Amino acid sequence: MSQQAIHDHIAKLVSDNDVVLFMKGTKGMPQCGFSHQVDTILQHLGVDYKPVNVLESMEIREGIKSYTNWPTVPQLYIKGEFVGGCDIVREMFQAGELQEMLSEKGVTHNEGTMQA
Amino acid sequence: MSVEAEIRQMLMVALEPIRLDVINESHMHAGHAGSPGTGESHFRVLVVSPQFNGRSRVERHRLVNEALGDLLRKRIHALALATFAPGEAIRA
Repeated sequence: MSQQAIHDHIAKLVSDNDVVLFMKGTKGMPQCGFSHQVDTILQHLGVDYKPVNVLESMEIREGIKSYTNWPTVPQLYIKGEFVGGCDIVREMFQAGELQEMLSEKGVTHNEGTMQA
Repeated sequence: MSVEAEIRQMLMVALEPIRLDVINESHMHAGHAGSPGTGESHFRVLVVSPQFNGRSRVERHRLVNEALGDLLRKRIHALALATFAPGEAIRA
């Protein structure tokens, strides 16, 4: 697939799903510590996210980096907007900003109180 | 030059930080899946830079990513990053 086709595929994924996590591994069984942290936070908040395992596709693994202009995985998208990688998501969660963002964008979740 | 020293040099030049911590955590990940075993693959970086003033977290991380360039793409396996503007409370 061309890079444009991969980017189109990614654009469709992030527009068709409210919350998308590009990660290494699968929901509940991440293969990387950073993906694990984001998975844990999202599950804690009860967010029903769409996981995309980049280990299953070298094209998506490379394509998501150029699509976002972001060199690392995991990458979290909410309502089509790039939120960040692991450190940013964790900081936002700890500050309550992630919960606010989910509320503002109308994404169903609960208010977790655990500190990640 | 070690990867740690290169990170330090590149960020010093690009971001003119007032504080820069670069910690090599590779030993904590030795032997796990995907770890290259070079002893200089996993780093934790804390940067306090005036260039972060008025910038979002994503913008700050992009500045760091761009400063590291190929080093990040090719030699660094994992980078934990904390970015602050001067005067912000530091939570490492």
